[in-house]
Amino acid sequence: MFKTISLAALALAFSTTTSLAATDITWWHGMAGRNGEVINEVALKFNAAQSACALTPVSKGTYEEALASGIAAFRAGEQPNILQVFDAGAATIINAKGAVIPAEDLITKAGYGFDRNAFIDGVRHFYADAEGKFVGMPFNSSAPIMYINDEALKKAGVEAPKTWEEFEAIAPKLKEAGFIPLVQSQLTWQFTENFFSRNNIQFATNNNGYDSVVDTKLNVTDPNLEMMFEKLKAWKDQGYFAFYGAGWNDNQKVFEEGKAALWIGSSGSFGGLQKTATMPFSATFLPYWGAINGAGTNSFIGGAALFAMSGKSDEENKCVADFFEFLTSPEVQYFYHKSTGYVAITKAAYALAEKDGYYKEKPIAEVGIKQLLLPAGEWSKGYRLGFYPQIREIMEREYGRIFSGEATVKDALETIEREGNELLARFAKTAG
Amino acid sequence: MRGASGLEGQQTFAKRVQFSSPFLPYLFLAPQLAIIFVFFYWPSVQAIQSSFYLEDPFGFGATFVGMSNYTDVLKSTEYLGIAQFTAIFTALVAFFALSIGLLLAIKADGVIRGNAAYKTLLIWVYAIAPPVAGLIGMMFFNQHIGPLVEFARWFGWDIKVGLDYSDTAFAMIVVSVWKQIPYNFIFFLSGLQGIPVSVREAAALDCRSEFRRFWTVILPLLAPTAFFLLIINVTYALFDTFGVIDVMVKDKAANNPITLVYKVYMDGFRGSDLGGSSAQSVILMLVVLVLTVFQFRFIERRVHYN
Repeated sequence: MFKTISLAALALAFSTTTSLAATDITWWHGMAGRNGEVINEVALKFNAAQSACALTPVSKGTYEEALASGIAAFRAGEQPNILQVFDAGAATIINAKGAVIPAEDLITKAGYGFDRNAFIDGVRHFYADAEGKFVGMPFNSSAPIMYINDEALKKAGVEAPKTWEEFEAIAPKLKEAGFIPLVQSQLTWQFTENFFSRNNIQFATNNNGYDSVVDTKLNVTDPNLEMMFEKLKAWKDQGYFAFYGAGWNDNQKVFEEGKAALWIGSSGSFGGLQKTATMPFSATFLPYWGAINGAGTNSFIGGAALFAMSGKSDEENKCVADFFEFLTSPEVQYFYHKSTGYVAITKAAYALAEKDGYYKEKPIAEVGIKQLLLPAGEWSKGYRLGFYPQIREIMEREYGRIFSGEATVKDALETIEREGNELLARFAKTAG
Repeated sequence: MRGASGLEGQQTFAKRVQFSSPFLPYLFLAPQLAIIFVFFYWPSVQAIQSSFYLEDPFGFGATFVGMSNYTDVLKSTEYLGIAQFTAIFTALVAFFALSIGLLLAIKADGVIRGNAAYKTLLIWVYAIAPPVAGLIGMMFFNQHIGPLVEFARWFGWDIKVGLDYSDTAFAMIVVSVWKQIPYNFIFFLSGLQGIPVSVREAAALDCRSEFRRFWTVILPLLAPTAFFLLIINVTYALFDTFGVIDVMVKDKAANNPITLVYKVYMDGFRGSDLGGSSAQSVILMLVVLVLTVFQFRFIERRVHYN
């Protein structure tokens, strides 16, 4: 209750920063640092481009904090017009029927056309409902890709691996050359969710959770995933893989300092990495297992989408639609893509970047988008799982136990499945 | 019983003089009561209420589920593990923060020259906010650049905060203790300085052993202060270490140790599971209630206030 009151007060404080005559709309997001600055630049561009609406972006901390603030504000009736919600929180907001106006409805009601096919394939399904209607407007989208320390590979005399089999072959040489062959920054995203999409394996029942919340069950005890973690554990013991904990930067730092040869990070890390890396680097797709049937399909997106919250006046909703329209224009997408490293979400923006010669200058910027544009498999479109931020926490805990030797891979995955399924069943009760 | 009734008469007379209306004292108390009601009772009642429901995060609907939020939590081995860690963590933090604080206070009390500088050096740490303390501690224990990690390596101990359960627990305890020592120090020092010099001198004449003098004379006289600090430190370890823990695990608990209050935050605030999180806070309230009753009934009996 205290939280709702204080958040409502906060929301009120922000709503007083008005400008003249225009309809004010607010946008709560979970981005900080350089990415937060770019959001402010996007808002300034929108405000300068027209005079009917004035958009105020407000940083709410991390993705999790932005979602929690949005929920609390909604309960207090002080919600922002636009709320940024990250991939793992998508099920929470999409299943709350009536909390948001589906982006597609909002845009068509405002008189704009909406073409689902204008968006690139990896982006099109993640924030849409089972029929493919866009509920959230995809905003910052990223793919997990493999960054390469060029010097390390040259020194070891090897090529970047496309598959994990190839990685196994070159890892001893990289180690001999004095490098940590492999590090990664988020096991849940890179070695679970996207392991399923890249290898085209079903992640959860009910069509990966899209069809219904009732009786949705995880498939993390899949023998292929078990094999992946057995391999990671063995690689760690052999010195081919290093793990510094669940913190993103602890793992990225080793690569930045040139100590690691390969790092699985986000395509959105590219902007920052250009400033922090101490050596020349390049990037390629997230590897897959050649031995798994169907492997090599595209990956799901990560990142976040923008949701238009309900309970607002028609004028304000019109402004939100205007902004979504502005945001998806090729020019703005290209600007955002270039400034942050997140992928361009529409085909037109991608074409514009290509035409401009951006990828000739910065080939790494294209890796993520190319990975999302790979042929889709049956199970590579996305997932929709309730209480998923908590399920991710269970995964992080159990994966940590695997690497510290406290649990076997089999036990850890079984625990994740059991506790995860309990949470999914609880979520079905709250959303049902 | 003339004396007793006379006293009663005096008291009622005194009241009548101070407050002409019987409602006036309540009026004066009202702001305080309102604050307690709004910020303590109301949220508590809400927590108890929502602990019996499974609620959709956005507040569209709630299903009554009886005790199932409680049974779910108490059945969970993870939760019981966190409860166990919380107990150990609280005991260790309170013990070390109190004993080191007391030791420093005794030493500072014995210093004659430059004792102001010495005291100030020990006290200023208290001005640091817990998250900042956590941040500083995190830097000391950083896997890549931490000086304490380098130091431990000399002895063959490879500290991995954020990765190794017991190493992270060790770092959390060190930082939490470090943060609380100055507070204890201030209270113990003023307690020590409140002991009359005549008592000390008499004790010094009677007993030559400084250690025995401390146990038999000084410590009993410090008991009220120590009892107060015990409660404060237990509460501190249970609740106020939140900032330290948050910074240390960097929003990713993973397989690092956390305390019960952090779990409430993770499930409720981050995980949007309001029912489960409310049940946990009610459990936590009960734990604190039991602990407080225990402390007052069994430990306070040994405390003499004059």
